[in-house]
Amino acid sequence: MTPDLMEAGAKALAAHQSFVSNEPYFGQGVALYVQDITVSFDGFKALNNLTLTINVGELRCIIGPNGAGKTTMMDCITGKTTPDSGKVFFGSNIDLLRLKEQQIAQIGVGRKFQKPTVYEQLSVFENLELALKADRRVRASLFSRLTGTQLDRIAEILALIHLKDEAQRTAGLLSHGQKQWLEIGMLLMQDPKLLLLDEPVAGMTDEETERTAELFLSLEGQHSLVVVEHDMKFVDQLTEGRKTVTVLHEGSVLAEGLLSEVQANEKVVEVYLGR
Amino acid sequence: MKTLLGAKGWAAVAAAAATVAVLVPLLNLAVPDGNLFHLSDYTVSLFGKILCYAICALAMDLIWGYTGILSLGHGVFFALGGYGMGMYLMRQIGRDGQYRMDMPDFMVFLNWKTFPWHWALSDSFVAQMLLVLLVPGLLALAFGFFAFRSRIKGVYFSIITQALTFAAMLLFFRNETGFGGNNGFTDFKRILGIPVATSEMRVFLCALSGLVLVAFYVMGRVIVHSKYGRVLQAIRDAESRVMFTGYDPVAYKLSIWTLSAVMCAVAGALYVPQVGIINPGEMSPAASIEIAIWAAVGGRATLIGPIIGAFFVNGAKSYFTVAFPEFWLFFLGALFIAVTLFLPNGIVGLLRRNKERS
Repeated sequence: MTPDLMEAGAKALAAHQSFVSNEPYFGQGVALYVQDITVSFDGFKALNNLTLTINVGELRCIIGPNGAGKTTMMDCITGKTTPDSGKVFFGSNIDLLRLKEQQIAQIGVGRKFQKPTVYEQLSVFENLELALKADRRVRASLFSRLTGTQLDRIAEILALIHLKDEAQRTAGLLSHGQKQWLEIGMLLMQDPKLLLLDEPVAGMTDEETERTAELFLSLEGQHSLVVVEHDMKFVDQLTEGRKTVTVLHEGSVLAEGLLSEVQANEKVVEVYLGR
Repeated sequence: MKTLLGAKGWAAVAAAAATVAVLVPLLNLAVPDGNLFHLSDYTVSLFGKILCYAICALAMDLIWGYTGILSLGHGVFFALGGYGMGMYLMRQIGRDGQYRMDMPDFMVFLNWKTFPWHWALSDSFVAQMLLVLLVPGLLALAFGFFAFRSRIKGVYFSIITQALTFAAMLLFFRNETGFGGNNGFTDFKRILGIPVATSEMRVFLCALSGLVLVAFYVMGRVIVHSKYGRVLQAIRDAESRVMFTGYDPVAYKLSIWTLSAVMCAVAGALYVPQVGIINPGEMSPAASIEIAIWAAVGGRATLIGPIIGAFFVNGAKSYFTVAFPEFWLFFLGALFIAVTLFLPNGIVGLLRRNKERS
């Protein structure tokens, strides 16, 4: 057999095995594939034939006016809402519409909510501990003990999200921006392949926003990121003038392209500023 | 990482166990009547009764204080445990009842010739004690499974549990159900062939209740100090985050809910031989609400708080219902309002605040 045939065979085998073992398969370069999804609430179409593709390792910013369907789209991907029609695939083999929220989280989709959602009565350390990638079943949790590697991992993330000195503090006492960071840290603990971030810098100071952008840029490549944001300066920082931005409007994609391109797009200007 | 219980904590646990298992029996049985330190039979049975209530309050703390699920139907599990024990005690009466028959008096009165099917195992202490755990446990498991799977939360869950206990009460009021109707079970004579209405038995049951409470307390500490316990608190604080972190909240809620129900059932089984009666009144909605009040007054999510709350409220109750019988419910209502408004963390919260200030 020729080497390239063998390679093709090995690839096909890997694709098949991941399909059977319920592991997402990213061999075709696609991390998330959303096709023609429609969601209506009492006749109002929150999403209207939305189609979107996120590549492996890509950092994609999604912008759009209020009510454009950004949060509903995340709900569909993470299993909170079932669309009326359409398909959502993770990798090229996992049909997300057939999984429950916790299963979607377990196979590697992490989500940050618009409002920072942390466990207020637990310490920062404990918040991260619960997010640590581990067996999620009841019995495993009852007898779980942290290993040295796991402690190192928590310390690493604590440093990354600048909360090292607050590790033993109750999470409810953190500032708004720190809570946002903690939630991002919790996502990273899960080691997800795809990160969905709903307005991650809302309520942050300029300096915190800057640091967040640096953090996301450092994640690019290892993880696929979808960032929904209103803050254009932040989007500009993230896209570095070369990445694709998607504009959502009334539940479907209005425009896609570089930030400078979409900002110059007449339709986009119309939607944002009104006539 | 915090340790399970400090040296002080273990000393307190040992002291509590010694008090119920050694001190109370000594003061009741060995110190003669009339002596200043003598504990009367009345005090012992009151103490034993409150210890059973404290077990319920502790069970409530696990489900409400730590997991954030307010059950207003825990009385049904307590009563089912009590009825399980009661059935066995009724069989132990033998031919010593009013009618001098093999069947319990109420069945003779209803002119029943054979035992209903659910009395089949009531003659065996071991089998009946297993039922004490199994029946409330399975009821909680089935009820919880459907409620949690349907994502019924907050006040809706509380209302449904309240309806559950009310429905059970109506069912047990009926003579046809085979649990003695509105009179329930009473007039017990023996347990395992030993007379039940003696000082020794009273002190033994009181001590047993106390030791069970201490054991449950330690178990509770183990639970809330495990990662499992932290997941429960996480469910209370932000359930959606728990779900999107990959945990299945249903499994966690269902396990702690069932455990909590079984703890109440054990309390009920210990309670019935001490008070000598079980009737559907224990399933009244108010009885379940009271359990929640004990927990709130003592301080939620502290484990020790609800135990203190059960003693405080029931101590006050036994004083008030003698001194000012008409005003007890007003006092209870006022207490609940005052705790909600001024002491959101209950008595324990108040003590901790004072400790931090000094």
